[in-house]
Amino acid sequence: MATTSVTVAETPHAAALLRLADDALILGHRTSEWTGRAPMLEEELALANIALDLIGQARALYDAAGALLGLTEDQLAYLRDPHQFRNALIHELPNGDFAFSISRLVLVSAFSDLFWRSATASSDAVLVAIAAKAEKETAYHLRHSAAWLVRLGDGTPESHRRAQDAIDALWPYTGELFEVDETMVAAGVLPDPAPLRAAWDNTVGETLASATLTRPADGWMQSGGRQGRHTEHLGHLLAEMQVLPRTHPGATW
Amino acid sequence: MAERGTTFPLWEVFIRSRNGLAHKHVGSVHAADATLALQAARDVYTRRGEGLSIWVVSSASIVASDPVDRAELFEPTGSKIYRHPTFYEVPDDVGNL
Repeated sequence: MATTSVTVAETPHAAALLRLADDALILGHRTSEWTGRAPMLEEELALANIALDLIGQARALYDAAGALLGLTEDQLAYLRDPHQFRNALIHELPNGDFAFSISRLVLVSAFSDLFWRSATASSDAVLVAIAAKAEKETAYHLRHSAAWLVRLGDGTPESHRRAQDAIDALWPYTGELFEVDETMVAAGVLPDPAPLRAAWDNTVGETLASATLTRPADGWMQSGGRQGRHTEHLGHLLAEMQVLPRTHPGATW
Repeated sequence: MAERGTTFPLWEVFIRSRNGLAHKHVGSVHAADATLALQAARDVYTRRGEGLSIWVVSSASIVASDPVDRAELFEPTGSKIYRHPTFYEVPDDVGNL
């Protein structure tokens, strides 16, 4: 690695923006990994569109965080190490099969759809602008992934089994989405995720019911991504994502 | 792309553009049902702001003329040039008609 990592002096406000940016970037990167591998051309484009929406959201959020930190969006995306990333763990898990990727999109989009809608009332004007755009994008991500999940769950015995396995495996990672940043909620920057929980439960519950899938019980929940304690998968993802700008600093097309 | 071959039915896609009045045929998509066909059409054919409205129609629902019948269906009109409105004198004031 020819370029050293940047030091990030996180303020609470910048950390809040970085959490959102990292969520979007890491899920966007994961979703982009389906390019060239999707089961059909139509779904390939659908997933690529979703990935581009998420990476676009990440860019705007890095730009906002970078303005507070004195860093550029590229430095934040490409020159931080795994322990400096603040994304929730669910976003970095490998894609698995199609049912796993779709199930993750449902669980995450059901949350971000609510989150962005609430964030349009943030005290941070930049976040309000980002939320206004992201809200429409995530609404479609939810619509598209939920449509697929219903068809997988209510499809063949194999697709049902794969979808249920995916939901079961992902469920312990959903709790982290609702972790509260009390400082930023009190400052009116972030919406309080607690009231979103009931609506999320409702959306996810209805989708699972239509899909004839069983909602797993809420047990022990994974945590740590917001503090930089990640799964082993994030390092591999970042190695691939960051190799070019780290090896050839300042490279342009 | 699909390892086991795609068995999804085909749908024809029609898009109404921002400034167009009519939906125009733009191509086709494979999808399991109408809802996913509409989403596939959105994802494949409106990525660059092409449209404001989409129709999808099951390709099997389209009744098409047989190319073999082309001569009997379409050639008889070739000799009836009086059907074209080219024999009228257009007043100068009308401009583009």
